Amino acid sequence: MSLRLEQVGVVHANGRRALAAVDLAVAGGERVALIGPSGAGKTTLLRVAAAALRPTEGRVALLDADPWRLGAAAMRALRSRIGFVHQAPPIPPRLRVVTAVLAGRLGQWSTARALRSWLLPSDIPGAQAALARMGLGERVFDRCDQLSGGQLQRVAVARTLYQAPALLLADEPVSSLDATTADAVLRELVDYSSAAGATFVASLHAVDLALRWFPRIVGVRDGVVMFDLPAAQVTPERLAALYAGEAVGEPEPAFGAPPRATLPFASA
Amino acid sequence: MTTARRARRIGGLASVAAVVAAVVASFAYLAIDLRGLFGAEERHAMARFVAEFFPPDLSAPFLRQVGFAALQTLAVSLLGTAIPMVLGGLLALPAAGRLGMLPKWLARSLLNGLRSVPELVWASLMVLAAGLGPFAGTLALALHTTGVLGRLFAESLENASPAPEAALRDLGAGAVARFVHGTLPLIGAQCLGYTLYRWEMNIRMATILGFVGAGGLGQMLYFHLSLFQQAQAATVLVAMTILVLADDALSGWARKALSAEAH
Amino acid sequence: MSAALRLPPQRRDPLARRRVAWSVTALVLLWPLGRLAQFHPATLFDPANAHVMGSFLRGFLPPALAPEFLQLLLAATLQTLAIATAGMALAFALAVPLAFWATRSLSVSAIGPAGGRWRGRVLRQAVRSVMVLLRSIPEIVWALMFVRALDLGAAAGVLALAVTYGGMLAKVYAEILESADARPARALLQAGSGRVAALCFGLLPLAAQELVSYTVYRWECAIRAAVVMGFVGAGGLGQLMDQSFKMLSGGEVSSIALVFLALVMLADAISLALRKVLA
Repeated sequence: MSLRLEQVGVVHANGRRALAAVDLAVAGGERVALIGPSGAGKTTLLRVAAAALRPTEGRVALLDADPWRLGAAAMRALRSRIGFVHQAPPIPPRLRVVTAVLAGRLGQWSTARALRSWLLPSDIPGAQAALARMGLGERVFDRCDQLSGGQLQRVAVARTLYQAPALLLADEPVSSLDATTADAVLRELVDYSSAAGATFVASLHAVDLALRWFPRIVGVRDGVVMFDLPAAQVTPERLAALYAGEAVGEPEPAFGAPPRATLPFASA
Repeated sequence: MTTARRARRIGGLASVAAVVAAVVASFAYLAIDLRGLFGAEERHAMARFVAEFFPPDLSAPFLRQVGFAALQTLAVSLLGTAIPMVLGGLLALPAAGRLGMLPKWLARSLLNGLRSVPELVWASLMVLAAGLGPFAGTLALALHTTGVLGRLFAESLENASPAPEAALRDLGAGAVARFVHGTLPLIGAQCLGYTLYRWEMNIRMATILGFVGAGGLGQMLYFHLSLFQQAQAATVLVAMTILVLADDALSGWARKALSAEAH
Repeated sequence: MSAALRLPPQRRDPLARRRVAWSVTALVLLWPLGRLAQFHPATLFDPANAHVMGSFLRGFLPPALAPEFLQLLLAATLQTLAIATAGMALAFALAVPLAFWATRSLSVSAIGPAGGRWRGRVLRQAVRSVMVLLRSIPEIVWALMFVRALDLGAAAGVLALAVTYGGMLAKVYAEILESADARPARALLQAGSGRVAALCFGLLPLAAQELVSYTVYRWECAIRAAVVMGFVGAGGLGQLMDQSFKMLSGGEVSSIALVFLALVMLADAISLALRKVLA
């Protein structure tokens, strides 16, 4: 099992419950999409899966290891095999693209190499290859603050690709991209996971993208898993129930769920 | 007029009156006779004094001496700024709370202590510890500037977003690696700016520290003025002004170059 | 994207050469800089120096508390305060006319007849140059010269402060006045009032708070500067401390240091109160 959450619950310091009794088991090489309204807890779930957040209840097993029982060195080794694409790329603006991408392997490099790489990037071809897959090969030596939001998001994806993790987690990896580019980026991620046999779990707002690229869909709402089904069995009724209350006319979250009237059919 | 406004008005007038009284008292206490200060005899003495500055001594051996002293002052200011950049950076980490509450308190107290003592007092102390000469000046500058820069760096650190470093922690980076790649790019430019600004001030300081025996142009100026050798002192003064102007220009250029630089 | 992909030819890091060059230069310069500055950490551990330093530091505690010394200390403290206050007063007197001339918003020639514009600009430039010159020589150098030239003590400190801080205040006053809203003053000038009246009723009310705030802040700095100038003979706590250092009296130095810290805190409190009331 690449990823196993057993009865995982998360209560934040301010008392708010983000997840309740979540059970999720993902085998090696599987592709799973998390969908659901904003604030449902998808980000929290992914962060638990990345060993970035310790659950208040329940047990977590990542790549056959209990992350919270490991020593510091073992924990770092485990984390270096888990890749996380953040919703908002946490990349310092003055950093150059090449350095930002190469940071993906900092978990695998010695401190000496890490320091040297800051001054003189140590694997330019590797960075270029990852960026080329994202269509940004020409921008390799630009500063990150010269990129648009969508380009920066692709740089963050390139960083995770360069990291070459065994467990790839993505929180809204294509939210700033137009439909064509979003599709292309997802294709690259899916290609990577098939080629490397890596597990790929992503949360997505665009349900059509989820249904197109992921054979297994997990619907999350209010911190609880509503359904965990193969894509073919995800019906419009289930989607409607999942997103109930987020129709057009209600206050929109940042990248809003698709209005009910246009929910796509899996087979359309 | 309402009572509140009237009270404020009275308060304001009373303060102005107090300030004026303080000024008058100061002049009285110092027994400065302003008219005596600008009387005929004093003006003559001043005029004579100023006249002896011209022409400045421009003989070759003396110019060589002044040139060497200028380089010495420059070296003192450079080392006295570069060493604190490193030490201040190291101390800024605990001072920003990265190593716990006790180290934070200790580091902050140390930095505040270093900062509060004026450079000249440090120089007097360092002359005792290391003897006369530029080494004492370098040490004095380094001690004071470490306090100043360490505090500024710590503030930058505390204000920096933790998100980049947290993301690097999530992919398994070690403490040093994630600091260098995550937080340093956020604060590097600002910290270098502080350092450059401090170097500008330290050039002036390095010349002054010579007054208590810390070498360089300051020591020469003090020496020649004590012997009433105004011609030589004039040359030293000109050298000081040139040094300061050159330093301002240099640091302005460096600042521009750095603002365009990437990490 | 993958289908149409062709890896661009590998590029070299454009910054590599520059970064390596700068790093090497810095390392190479370190040695000669150290020689110039006579950087020998070993001298700190030289037995003679260590002995002197050790006994000096040992004398720090307890701080000197003998009544005669305390009297000297009190007198020196009052003298430092007096030097700072008198110096600031003179600096203020010098800065006001300088700032007045340098302020563009009060320039009649800027809004009115073209005749005086040239002269106004030249005058302003001249004044600005004088101010820059006054500011670039550190006050302690002025103090040293006044001490030598006129054989003065505390008065040298007062004059030095007047000259350097006068320039500083003038520059900042001019900046504050120029950044204030100029329309009321312009209106007054156009209505035919004199420049002084335009200043008092047009610009001053708007800029008063900032002007006062900066002046009081500078007074605090003047206290510190007065102590520093004492080291070249301009009286006050600085001169006392210099003498105590030369006599290697650790106890006296620590007493003076404590009083200096207390003085700085007192000045800080006074300045805060003044700024609140005068604003």
